[in-house]
This record gives sequence, C-alpha cells and structure tokens, in this order.
Amino acid sequence: MNPLLAAVRTAIRDPRGRAGLAFLAILALLTLVAPIFLPDPAAQPDPLGASNLPPSLMHLFGTDALSRDVLSRVVWGARVSLAIALLAVALSISLGALVGIAAGYFGGAVDSALMRLVDGALAVPRLFLLLLVLAVWEQIPVAMLVLFIGVTGWFGTSRLVRAEVLRIREESYVRAAEALGAPRRRIIFRHLLPNALGPLLVAATLGVGDVILVEAGLSFLGLGVQPPTPSWGGMILDAKSVLVTAPWNAIFPGLAILGTVIAANLFGDALRDAVDPRGA
Amino acid sequence: MSRVLEVENLRVSFPAEGGHRVHAVDGVSFTLDRGEMLALVGESGCGKSLTSLALLRLVPGPGRIDPGGAIRLGDIDVLHLEGEPLRRIRGKRIGMIFQDPMTSLNPVFTVGDQISEGVRAHLPVSKREARDRALHLLQEVGIPDPVARLDAYPHQLSGGMRQRVMIAIALSAEPEILVADEPTTALDVTVQAQILEVLDRLRASHGMAVLLITHDLGIVAGRADRVAVMYAGQIVEEAPTPALFARPSHPYTQGLFASVPRLHGPVERLKPIGGSVPPPSAWPSGCRFRPRCPKAFDKCGAMPPLLPLEPAHRMRCWLAETERS
Repeated sequence: MNPLLAAVRTAIRDPRGRAGLAFLAILALLTLVAPIFLPDPAAQPDPLGASNLPPSLMHLFGTDALSRDVLSRVVWGARVSLAIALLAVALSISLGALVGIAAGYFGGAVDSALMRLVDGALAVPRLFLLLLVLAVWEQIPVAMLVLFIGVTGWFGTSRLVRAEVLRIREESYVRAAEALGAPRRRIIFRHLLPNALGPLLVAATLGVGDVILVEAGLSFLGLGVQPPTPSWGGMILDAKSVLVTAPWNAIFPGLAILGTVIAANLFGDALRDAVDPRGA
Repeated sequence: MSRVLEVENLRVSFPAEGGHRVHAVDGVSFTLDRGEMLALVGESGCGKSLTSLALLRLVPGPGRIDPGGAIRLGDIDVLHLEGEPLRRIRGKRIGMIFQDPMTSLNPVFTVGDQISEGVRAHLPVSKREARDRALHLLQEVGIPDPVARLDAYPHQLSGGMRQRVMIAIALSAEPEILVADEPTTALDVTVQAQILEVLDRLRASHGMAVLLITHDLGIVAGRADRVAVMYAGQIVEEAPTPALFARPSHPYTQGLFASVPRLHGPVERLKPIGGSVPPPSAWPSGCRFRPRCPKAFDKCGAMPPLLPLEPAHRMRCWLAETERS
C-alpha cells in the first residue's frame, strides 16, 4: 500500500485527525449540497423588512444588512475560501519543496543563493507584499489572488525542507542507496522527499490555516475576494457597521474561520504522526 | 584465481588548518580474487571505513581521493569514472553493506520496495519480476516467512533481520564484490554468527569476493582467507589468515593480539597498547606506530615500506629485515 495513503488512514484513526477531517469534510459536503436546501445567498427575500434579522428557524444564522441569509453566505463563502486555500497552499508547498530540496541536496552556491533570496523575502511582511501587489487591480481576479498568496507563502517551507534534506542526506539509507547505484532522481524522490513529508505536511496544514486567515484579512481590507462573491473576510467587513446591533453578521463567519483553521491544524498534526512509521 | 579488484596506492585526504591536507588513508594497496575473503582489520580511526567508501567513490565531502592511485575492476579504473558509468558500477560490480542496520533502511518504504529498488537500478525488469527477485533474495539470506516480510516496514524487523535485508539489497544486482563494513558490530553475538554464516554461504554459492571491514580479530579467524591490518591510514601487515594468527609480526598486530583475552594456555594479564591512535593531523614522521611501539629503534625515524617476511606475508616494519625466515 502506498505509504502516503496508509498514513492518511492512520491519521483518520487518530481522534484529532478524525475530528479535523470530519469538520473539513462536512464543510466541503455542505458547499456541494447547499444549493438544494439553502436560499441563494444573493437572494433578498424581503428587502424592506428582513434586514439584520436575528437567528431564527427561518434563518438559522440570521440575515445581513441586505436581508441575505447569513448561513447561505457562510457556506458559499466556504467554497471560495477553501478553494483559494487549497490551491494557494498546493502552489506554495510545491515551490517550497522544490527550492528546499535544491538548496539542501545540491548545497554550495545553489544553497547560498536560494537561502539569501529567502532571507530577503522573509524580511518583508507577507500581508504588506500582498497589499502592494493587489492594489494594482480594481477588481482582483481570484486566480491572481491564488497566485500571489501561493507565491508569497513558500519561504518558510523551503527552509524547513532544506533543513530536513540536510539531515536526511546524512542518513545511512541515503548513502546505502547511493552505494546501490540508485539514480539521483530516485534518491531525491524516494529517499529525500518522502522522508521530508512530515514537516511538509505540517507546513501544508498550517499553511491552509494561514491562507484562510490571509485571504480573510485581505477580503476584510477589500483587497481579496470581491463582492458580491461571499467570503468570510468580506462578510466581517460588511458586519463592521452593525457589529453591536447585529453581531451574528460577524460571529458566524468568524466561527467558520476559527473552526476551519483549527480543523486543518488538528488533521495536520495527526497526519504528521502517521507519516512517521516509527510513531512520534 | 581471477582477480576482481586491484587497489593501488589509494590516498584519501581532508583539508586541514593552514591550507594543507591530511591523508586519512595514505597509500593503501590490496587485491581481491574471485571468491576470496579479505579482512581489513584496524581500530576506529585507522581509515578502514574510508577505504571501503572510496572503492565506490562515496568519500564524504570535503574529503577527496587524491590522484595517483587506482581502483581497478578488470580494465575499468573507478577513479576515472563519473556520472552514469560510475552509477552503473555501484551496486552492480561492488555491493556494500553498512555497519548500522537500524539506520541503513529507508523507514517509509517496505523491505520489498527497497530490495526491488536495487534490482531495478541495474536490471531491465518489470516491477513484478523485481518483486519476485526480492522474494528470492530474502529466501537466500535466510529470512523466515519471506512472503510476509516483503511487505514489512523496517521498524517491524529485528536488527539481525534488518542486516539480512541489507545483505539482500547489496546482492540485488549480483555484484562480484561485496564490501561489508563492520556488518555485525551493531548486532548481538548470536546474531553475528548467523550473519557471518550467510556471508560465507553466499560467497561459496556465488563465487563472490568479500572485503570484510572489522575491528574484531575474533570474527576474522577461520573465515577470511587473508588479513590486512591497518594502522593510521596504512596497511601495516598483510598475510594469509593462518600465517597471521600463527605468527603476528608487526608490533602493532602483536599488540592487538595481546589485548584480546585468550581461552587457552596460561592465564595472563591483558596487555593493552599504550596510548591511542593519533588523528591524521598528528601522525609522526617515519613509522607511525613508533611513539607507541615497545620495539622502536633508530631506524624507525624513516617510514618503512611493506617488507616481506614470507612470500605472502608482509609488514611495514624494519624488523622484517632481521626476522625474515
């Protein structure tokens, strides 16, 4: 059995992993089946009388200032936030792994050049970098959002992977594989990469949490997902003016952010323990 | 007897303070015939492991093999190979077993995967065939229930079983030479004997030449055909095993024998060799054993060459001139 699949299975047996994955799975499922039973998030059932209604049986999470159903918008927002998070993290993890392995395995000038680049990049706050770039657009395309969040997210990962590769490179099984005449790409993809997966997975899950926060932050500042597309950060921005009178407008998207970030981290922790067959 | 390996004047150096290089392996020469077992014996730090790594050009940086020597496999000189041709030598012509079976297997892949890796690195076989071959190899190294073990992960096996797996991996491409670097050091004594037996059996059945690196004279007796004793980066005595055990001649070899307890004969105190092996940066001029040698005399200020005592018994000591039979 593929060791990665086996690790995922083990992670699911872990209560933390089960809880985390269950939350994410339910959220993902909700976004798929939502159209069946939830009102259209753009629908304004009664523009005059239904704005900022408190939670009720009719509207479980209440309604917002434009009379839209908050539950619908939280669920639709999950679609956007999760998709952005997964794509951006996939991008940044791939870049981080690539750069980290190159630096750690080849060493010397390659290592110095790449790591100085990372040092420089890490000296600039990510949000600042993103604000700078995203301010160019009036209507920011979601693809650009994913691209830039991904491209600004790999620096720390590459350091982690590099450190891990430096350690693994000295392991005797790598030397044994070299003595066996294993080609370089096999050493990289069978010995270095799989044994560096633990920190990579941790980085990925923490990354999912991070990206959800970054995207929410950007959307809250009006530089992320653009209205009328619902996003958790954007909803909190909209809720700002009615925070005291209709707090459900901010509480529910806030809880969604919190829950998703915690769930991703719990699953990542369980997965990390499972990837290491020695059982950390 | 056909010669499978010829090492000539092998030198491995590391950069030292002051811009010059120290030679951790300094002019080692030996040969290995088909089916022969040569034991390379010495204390830690004498350069024996480095010698074995150099055979496959795996000297860890910043060390390097100095020009001027040769490692000949038939008409190929390993020192002149790079890239793909070098890769094809590793595992295919020379297989290698490392000291610590606990860390020499990749923890995230099954035993079967890792043996297949060696097979597929050198032979054009399908995954299915590689797996069959892995199964066959596990049988050959004496692993019970090999079918189940194919899908076991390294952490599920004992040290002895892992070392057997390491041997199976080293054998995967049927090398003509097997280099075993302290293959039993990390194992229990009972398991040691089993592993050495496996090596003996494979040598007999495949005609494989074995270079056994060890610090333990006990496992050399009755197994190796010849013994080369190393001290401070050089071979100091070389002889057929019976001759060496009957008449250890170099003062260092004599010191080694005197520091091993004997089961027969009168009870004597062990006589350890005074001092310890100096690091390469502190090797004396002339004979390197001189500062610790009870028999040192004037002439030892000059480095002795390997001098013959008998046709096949040579030592790096001026005393050979007077002791020659």
